[in-house]
Amino acid sequence: MTAFRVAESGRVRHDRPVEFQFDGRSYQGLEGDTLASALLANGVHLLGRSFKYHRPRGILTAGSEEPNALVGTRRGPGRYEPNTRATVQEIWDGLQAESQNRYPKLSFDLGAINDRLYMLFSAGFYYKTFMWPRSFWERVYEPLIRRAAGLGKAPQEPDPDHYAERHLHTDILVVGGGPAGLSAARSAAKSGARVVLVDESAEMGGHLLSEPGLVIDGQPAWDWLAGMLEELRELGVRVMSRTTAIGYYHQNFLALCERLSDHLKEAPADLPRERLWQVRAGQVVLAQGALEKPLVFDGNDRPGVMLAGAAQTYLHRYGVRAGDRHVVATSHDSAWHAAFDLSDAGSRVEAIVDTRANPSDALREAARDRGIRVLSGHTVTGTSGRLRVNAVRVNPVHDGSVGPAETLGCDSLLMSGGWTPSLHLFSHTKGTLRWDDESDAFLPDQQAEACHIAGAGRGLWGVEAVLQDGDLRGAEAAEAAGHKPESGAFQVENDRTGSGETHRELPSDRKPGRARAFVDYQNDVTAKDIRLAVREGMKSIEHVKRYTTNGMATDQGKLSNMNGLMIAADAVGKAPPQVGLTTFRPPYTPTTFGAFAGYHRGDHFEVVRKTPIDSWAEENGAVFEPVSQWRRAWYFPRQGEDMEAAVARECLATRKSLGIFDASTLGKIEIAGPDAVEFMNRMYTNPWTKLAPGRCRYGLLLGEDGFIRDDGVIGRLSDDLFHVTTTTGGAARVLTMMEDYLQTEWPDLNVWLTSTTEQWATIALNGPNARRVLEPFVEGQDLSPEAFVHMSVAECRVAGFPARLFRLSFTGELSFEINVPARYGRALWEKLYEAGQQYDVCPYGTETMHVLRAEKGFIIVGQDTDGTVTPDDAGMSWAVGKKKTDFVGMRSLSRPDLVAPGRKQLVGLLTEDGSVRLDEGAQVVADPNQSVPMAMIGHVSSSYHSATLGRSIALALLKDGRNLKGQEVYVPLPSGLHKARVTDTVFYDPEGERLKV
Amino acid sequence: MTRFSALSLLKNAMTGHKDWEPQWPDSEPKQEYDVVIVGAGGHGLGAAYYLAKEHGITNVAVIDKGWLGGGNTGRNTTIIRSNYLYDESARMYDHALDLWEGLSQELNYNVMFSQRGVMMLAHNVHDVQSFHRHLHSNRLNGVDNQWLTPEEAKAYCPPLNISKSARYPVMGAALQRRAGTARHDAVAWGYARAAAARGVDIVQNCPVTAIRRDSNGAVEGVETARGFIRAKKVAVSAAGHTSVLMDTAGVRLPLESYPLQALVSEPVKPIFPCVVMSNTVHAYVSQSDKGELVVGAGTDQYTSYSQRGGLPHIQHTVAAVCEVFPIFTRMRMLRKWGGIVDVTPDRSPILNKTPVQGLYVNCGWGTGGFKATPGAANVLAWTVARDEPHPINAPFHLDRFRTGRLIDEAAAAAVAH
Ligand SMILES: Cc1cc2nc3c(=O)[nH]c(=O)nc-3n(C[C@H](O)[C@H](O)[C@H](O)COP(=O)(O)OP(=O)(O)OC[C@H]3O[C@@H](n4cnc5c(N)ncnc54)[C@H](O)[C@@H]3O)c2cc1C
Repeated sequence: MTAFRVAESGRVRHDRPVEFQFDGRSYQGLEGDTLASALLANGVHLLGRSFKYHRPRGILTAGSEEPNALVGTRRGPGRYEPNTRATVQEIWDGLQAESQNRYPKLSFDLGAINDRLYMLFSAGFYYKTFMWPRSFWERVYEPLIRRAAGLGKAPQEPDPDHYAERHLHTDILVVGGGPAGLSAARSAAKSGARVVLVDESAEMGGHLLSEPGLVIDGQPAWDWLAGMLEELRELGVRVMSRTTAIGYYHQNFLALCERLSDHLKEAPADLPRERLWQVRAGQVVLAQGALEKPLVFDGNDRPGVMLAGAAQTYLHRYGVRAGDRHVVATSHDSAWHAAFDLSDAGSRVEAIVDTRANPSDALREAARDRGIRVLSGHTVTGTSGRLRVNAVRVNPVHDGSVGPAETLGCDSLLMSGGWTPSLHLFSHTKGTLRWDDESDAFLPDQQAEACHIAGAGRGLWGVEAVLQDGDLRGAEAAEAAGHKPESGAFQVENDRTGSGETHRELPSDRKPGRARAFVDYQNDVTAKDIRLAVREGMKSIEHVKRYTTNGMATDQGKLSNMNGLMIAADAVGKAPPQVGLTTFRPPYTPTTFGAFAGYHRGDHFEVVRKTPIDSWAEENGAVFEPVSQWRRAWYFPRQGEDMEAAVARECLATRKSLGIFDASTLGKIEIAGPDAVEFMNRMYTNPWTKLAPGRCRYGLLLGEDGFIRDDGVIGRLSDDLFHVTTTTGGAARVLTMMEDYLQTEWPDLNVWLTSTTEQWATIALNGPNARRVLEPFVEGQDLSPEAFVHMSVAECRVAGFPARLFRLSFTGELSFEINVPARYGRALWEKLYEAGQQYDVCPYGTETMHVLRAEKGFIIVGQDTDGTVTPDDAGMSWAVGKKKTDFVGMRSLSRPDLVAPGRKQLVGLLTEDGSVRLDEGAQVVADPNQSVPMAMIGHVSSSYHSATLGRSIALALLKDGRNLKGQEVYVPLPSGLHKARVTDTVFYDPEGERLKV
Repeated sequence: MTRFSALSLLKNAMTGHKDWEPQWPDSEPKQEYDVVIVGAGGHGLGAAYYLAKEHGITNVAVIDKGWLGGGNTGRNTTIIRSNYLYDESARMYDHALDLWEGLSQELNYNVMFSQRGVMMLAHNVHDVQSFHRHLHSNRLNGVDNQWLTPEEAKAYCPPLNISKSARYPVMGAALQRRAGTARHDAVAWGYARAAAARGVDIVQNCPVTAIRRDSNGAVEGVETARGFIRAKKVAVSAAGHTSVLMDTAGVRLPLESYPLQALVSEPVKPIFPCVVMSNTVHAYVSQSDKGELVVGAGTDQYTSYSQRGGLPHIQHTVAAVCEVFPIFTRMRMLRKWGGIVDVTPDRSPILNKTPVQGLYVNCGWGTGGFKATPGAANVLAWTVARDEPHPINAPFHLDRFRTGRLIDEAAAAAVAH
């Protein structure tokens, strides 16, 4: 057995030893230990180095609020984690942990030179220096600071673990599995409500785990606990351990993080590491207990200095003594009991040093019985010991004056500065706190969510009171959730009720300027830093926090905020509530990024939307490009072809004979209802009333500001039914916009909107042979040019599949777009492809589509427009119904700057040298001989090599562009200056002859 | 004002830091000022400083409802860059960048301006086109911005995932090397200290409840929780709360206020040398000098004055970070918070005179006004002092929403942090 283990004590398994490593050395612990308790059992107290001064640090707490004992842990490749709190990490065989923020080693750290220079490194020192010479900040000072700061090392390899997420609805969520939470869960569950009880620890029980001597309802505390958990199970309460409520959001929405595998030696491969629960609770009971405060005195940070409550937990829960010879320094009764328990377990307690002049007689008597010296009315003024405390300096205080010092030898200093109700989650809700003079603490006041605070969180002390209160709050919550509660009664023997007083830094006989009395351990903030901040004008607690970094460490001020406030208030000369408290923010404890990301990693980061024809494209060697959430076939290279060659071939084949294109990603919205046409008239710039069923029209959609938002061809299938198409990326936006108008502006319209993007597969056949291939497949519609004119739509059958067939053209060639239910998409594609063989059908991708449309001067919204382009700018005034009285954006179109001369207009650009393809995004100038900054007149929005025309073509938005037609402009590129002529936007077949086949 | 320097630090260290003076006095408001500035953020404090320094107007009060720097100035992720598309924006942000470069020395306060470079990732062809447009425009405007291949981007920021099989593979990046970050609190404190040293009153914990106009319609002063304060000139620089305040003067502003959230990880040793933004995957990251990864994204989707913010946005943002930097999944989030940002229809600010005589406004900086702080403050001071806009802020007038002369950076680049 290790030196500090107490035989047969604690909840650890004495029959199950566990081997683990710390800084390369092997140690033995027991199943049920945390890394901290196991190291303490081995007499190891030195676990880390502080942030700024690199001071040696030990274990301060036994919980998730630990600021000091942070280590790196590793479990094989990719599974390294920095800043793990040794106080919560459960050990398993083979666990490897290492100390952080030290060089070359933990016991001898060169960084500790900072500690010698501490007078220089006062609060905010970096704001006052490092300014000269100017360039040194980035080159010298900042890199130095950055290297010195930071705690552990970031992981460097991809993480092999996965993370999960779940949603949960419950009547009542109880946070905290201590006595208050347990009794709350029971009374709530008894009423018939659905109850979830969570605790961050590996075991339920909270404080009961640290006080087995209690007798509850006639049973030893741990027997009572076991019975209680059994009862909860029978009542159907979902009890979740290792589960932290990390955030409390609007409308009783909470996030829980459940840790599933970090405590296991071997985790099953399919077990997620952590799981994020999103809970919507009818009522919430917060029973998070209270956190013990350190005392603030010189040297309160040496390894071996620990909170008394933590020592009690180590003793009872883990069967470990925090040392052999203890001094206990306290301002609260609770630490006396820790001293008694340790003494009873065979440790030597040199003295109990109480700041209060008159601790209760009962306590004194109990001390006397155990032969423990009591020094009441004393202060602590120093400690010594390099890597472990070996003595404590204490002095009597009379009427505020500090008497002569006495030094007490020890190897463990336990302290307690009283307790702070844990109200972090409550403050996430913006619930307000009020200062309670009696308990010298902030207690909950006005609440903003349906929640109930139970137990120590309300400043209650003593297990009986807390059980009773939990029971009541549970009942209260059940009633609020609409259930009929019943409450119980509790009887507790050996209940150690108590009280205490609150301090700022303890009085001292030494020069206060020299004291290293820590308030925020991890960030190395001392009492004098806080006073310095106040002296420098930082009178709001928020300023104090930011200037000193008090409360900004990984414990988020759980240990430091109250002490910091007491000192700041004293320095400002105001009462604590007037100086205020900083806001606690989610998460309650630091939470793994992976848990937030959940399943949304790698391929699942966002679904890859694929069309029904995607698999065919993949099999046929397509290169894909991401377009919003879709992946689209970009081009279909043949052996040895690069993108340019493939696109040139695809373009020529389509113009010459036949191309086939998967247009399924186009957004599709079905607009139905008696007012469908009115709705269309109001949404789109074009007139729709006279569009006959069976015909389609290019539609233009503006924002309220009059600028183009989307476009697409829209077919009218019947009087009350439109088939709208949108751009691929715009589909969701357009539907949202339509719904917004329909629901908020035009609730009078009788119209239904349905997204059908994924219901239809859309295949475009383009080229002079398009009709020849398609015709044999079509039933129920005569495809002849006279019967099915350009811009027509029909419901018919194609290859036996029900279809919506459009005749339209985005390429300038004879074109059909065939929509069939998605499940038939690939079958139809294959049939058409096969039939097209006789015409050398060419499957093409988005790049060819872009080139073909650019040759015809058709715009791509989002490429040739950028949210600042009106229909007229784009040369599409023809799409705006002249007689219309209203449509979205119409009013804006007449705003002065939208009709002013000199607007940017879409034009064509032909470079002087046709082999030069301008960069998309290149800026255009009228005068190439100016110096920077140059006056730019616009930019190139689309630019391609056109195989059909045997030269490059471009579209550009140029100031007053249409008036520049025929003139020369210049494009200064890093590669050189290019001359170009402004032209019309249509480069190919301006008369539209090719549609007439 | 004691000058800050290594020497003064040393001297004070020897005497136990007993002799430092308050960096600014916590002033009681006087009854009357020449200029009242509402909002002690970086913009308001900076404007007071430049009023005093460049225009000799020192009878100035900066009034805040809370503690100075407690608004978005003290909540933002401090990305500073100037590679904006449009001439108007490029001029404004580049003016700011010029001032940033000498700000620590100017204020005698180390604002830790760190030109570590801001890299914006392109994940699809549309991003590439858009960034190229920025690059070309920036080049001709004399603003630095440079295109990197995925490999070059990774060399600049080693944790970056440039795998071709990523969900949104990196197709390249635009890098502005002059861009970077600064220490936000120090900016507020530095301006406050320098302004106070020139006689400006900084009044904290004093909500302004209304702007009062006289019978001619001109500004007369402000109503506050501590009584009426007379001033012929009032400049409102209250970020997310500007529209409510301007309403009291009868000026309706086209602003919507949204929560914008950000978060930090636990501190770790240097791992992330620059700032990386991805608009498509939707997150941006840098590492503070303290070692925390600083992470942000876009606004919540609903308008609100609550600084709580929702969970889904955080989940998506963290997922986005892990997507671009997969090694970070085992890092832990330490803290997240929110601020209320004021968003205009074209995502560009309003910084100008208003229809009310003597009333000036500086707002609409939305998710990206920290970078503008010195520049905006500088031209706001000019505008107030001369009762006419500086050429740099002249285009940022309120009237553009009526006339339609928008400066729509967002439309051009999706997000504008
Ligand atoms: C999470 C987040 C991340 C951001 N990230 C970036 C970034 O990376 N880069 C960037 O450039 N920008 C960023 N921003 C935006 C940036 O923070 C702001 O645009 C900028 O700080 C605004 O400065 P300001 O001085 O105008 O406003 P603020 O600092 O908000 O100051 C306004 C002040 O007005 C006060 N006030 C309001 N109402 C009243 C009243 N009635 N009476 C008196 N006082 C009042 C407030 O208390 C506040 O102090 C971010 C913002 C947030 C919230």
